[in-house]
Amino acid sequence: MGLNEFKGVMVFSENFEIFLELLGKGREIADKLQTELSAVLVGHNIEDERGKELIKHGADKVYVVDNPLLEQFNVEPYTDVLSKLASDYKPEVILIGATKRGKELAPRLATRLNTGCMTECSKLDIDEEGRLVVNRLVYGGSSIAIEVSRVKPQIATVPPHVFEKPAPSDRTGEVVRVDVDVKEPKTKIVEKRKKEIAGVRLEEAPIIIAGGRGLRSKEDFKLLEELAKVLGGQVGCTRPIAADYGWFTNWIGISGVKIKPKLYIAVGISGAIQHTAGIMDSKIIVAINKDEEAPIFKAADYGIVGDLYKVVPALTEAFKKLLK
Amino acid sequence: MPFDISSLTTNDNHQSLKNSVVRALPTIIVPFKQIVDIKEIKVDPNTQTPITVGIPRKISDVDKNALEEAIKIKEKHGGKVIAITMGPSEAKTALRETLAMGVDEAYLLSDPIFENSDTLATARVLAKAIEKLGEYDLIICGEMTLDGLSAQVGPRLAELLDIPQITYVRKVTIEGNKIIAEKDLEEEYETVEAEMPVLLTVTREINEPRIPSLRDIMKASRKPINTWTASDLGISKENVGTEGSAVQILKVTVPKVERKGIIVKAETIEEAAEELVKTILKEGVLRG
Ligand SMILES: Cc1cc2nc3c(=O)[nH]c(=O)nc-3n(C[C@H](O)[C@H](O)[C@H](O)COP(=O)(O)OP(=O)(O)OC[C@H]3O[C@@H](n4cnc5c(N)ncnc54)[C@H](O)[C@@H]3O)c2cc1C
Ligand SMILES: Nc1ncnc2c1ncn2[C@@H]1O[C@H](COP(=O)(O)O)[C@@H](O)[C@H]1O
Repeated sequence: MGLNEFKGVMVFSENFEIFLELLGKGREIADKLQTELSAVLVGHNIEDERGKELIKHGADKVYVVDNPLLEQFNVEPYTDVLSKLASDYKPEVILIGATKRGKELAPRLATRLNTGCMTECSKLDIDEEGRLVVNRLVYGGSSIAIEVSRVKPQIATVPPHVFEKPAPSDRTGEVVRVDVDVKEPKTKIVEKRKKEIAGVRLEEAPIIIAGGRGLRSKEDFKLLEELAKVLGGQVGCTRPIAADYGWFTNWIGISGVKIKPKLYIAVGISGAIQHTAGIMDSKIIVAINKDEEAPIFKAADYGIVGDLYKVVPALTEAFKKLLK
Repeated sequence: MPFDISSLTTNDNHQSLKNSVVRALPTIIVPFKQIVDIKEIKVDPNTQTPITVGIPRKISDVDKNALEEAIKIKEKHGGKVIAITMGPSEAKTALRETLAMGVDEAYLLSDPIFENSDTLATARVLAKAIEKLGEYDLIICGEMTLDGLSAQVGPRLAELLDIPQITYVRKVTIEGNKIIAEKDLEEEYETVEAEMPVLLTVTREINEPRIPSLRDIMKASRKPINTWTASDLGISKENVGTEGSAVQILKVTVPKVERKGIIVKAETIEEAAEELVKTILKEGVLRG
């Protein structure tokens, strides 16, 4: 079985922003492997312009698969499409955006192709043997594993904002329309409901004040907002605040947003590894918690042990006074 | 065309008859994993690698939500819940715990050749076991295991068994032979319907897992735990374990946490706050 029959790097995401980010990284990998970078555009009523946009961002070739059954993302037909293209064109590397949709597609696709898959890779490189080597978090986020796939195609998913979107250029490429036989999916999407509170883009925020279950109500987040206003920062939260209580759309941590602000202030947050793994790249971490044993203090540079309802207003006042 | 009993019925009475006659009570399979308790992992200071042997083990967090949901469905609709896990013999403790929670049958899939299986090889073992178990209506997995953080085994299993999947489910209802599930995606909730059999992966928000009472634990200790080996499942070495896995882990390290860990103390909270602010200003992170 010749492994060399696999050639090229293929990129897919149903989320256009991440798609562009992955094309930047994909271009770099394809250049190292001296091979072609292709992008797979899936949907319905897709205009050629869309494909050209992908070429401007690094793709040599764009396969457009257009079909009414592909209008909205459904993992079954999308697996049909990508497995067909992967079988026909035999890329050695496939990169998929690690949205939740991407993360349910990638392993299903990998299984149909009888290969491996590496979830949410934060670093991707090509080694001397031409293998894709990735870094990803394991053990709740406390450790980093370096992994390779011994089987091709080597499939990896990549979270949003890990790589920068490349600047568009006037490079040229080819948009190829491909017909793929897709079956009617067994799952039917009957309703979509937008989450009410618009998410703030925490990934790029230089200052973030986040609250956890130490805050007793949504109204209490005003305390953090006041502090954020003084500092010109954004407010974030832990998973239970967003997912259990629905007070925010996004949360910070391994299963949410990973952040890299210059200043991160954790308020009423215990410091579970699933949370702290998402804040590791912050420059300075400050923790406020009434429990001096809370693990967050070990993950922080500075901390105050005390009741947040007293400490946060005092901090806001002190910043107001001293920032003048 | 399958015989459609609904064409013969005209009223609600018949509707309920249809459900009870046509639909057998659901069989729900929950594949779960016993993992090392992440909080207990120590670090080898020389190699900066995690020490995972001799560390207490527990059922992976979200897998408890999967078990809970299966048991809740059984309590409402009848049927039975089967828990299966691939792992070492220590995983029997975890299977006992699932029996105490209310699971009806427990299976350990254990064989030295299963060791070091990646998600592909793991899904192969689980698929063989599920085929051997026979008919089922629902498979409920966790969103991801807390050790591997892969979120893969569910969709892989669905693919191998050739059934639909609904992932990141935080709410599920059953109507007749239909599953209605709400997926929790980044920016929206998506309601999806499918005919059973279906594989679901659930999030930690779907429920609050029960803690078995002492009486439940006592009762569970008398229930059998079945063990299946590779040969019971007709699995050979090339498809599982190190040999049968696609992904190879080259190295695992624990990044050094280089944080100052300074607790600012003062007579009053106001003084502590000022002290902290001065320190932060000195760090220069607020400028430019
Ligand atoms: C698969 C999986 C993925 C997960 N992913 C994430 C993730 O990405 N992000 C995430 O955040 N979590 C995640 N979690 C959840 C995580 O394990 C923790 O449960 C969560 O981070 C805890 O949130 P918390 O710190 O807000 O709440 P708690 O752990 O309840 O902590 C509340 C803290 O507030 C303090 N406190 C209470 N009152 C006051 C007061 N008046 N003043 C000061 N302090 C006070 C308490 O001392 C306590 O330390 C995940 C879990 C699972 C199973
Ligand atoms: N060894 C195993 N035995 C049984 N089920 C497993 C095993 N590993 C993973 N699973 C199931 O697959 C889900 C996802 O696992 P993972 O892909 O490892 O994140 C888990 O939540 C379990 O439901």
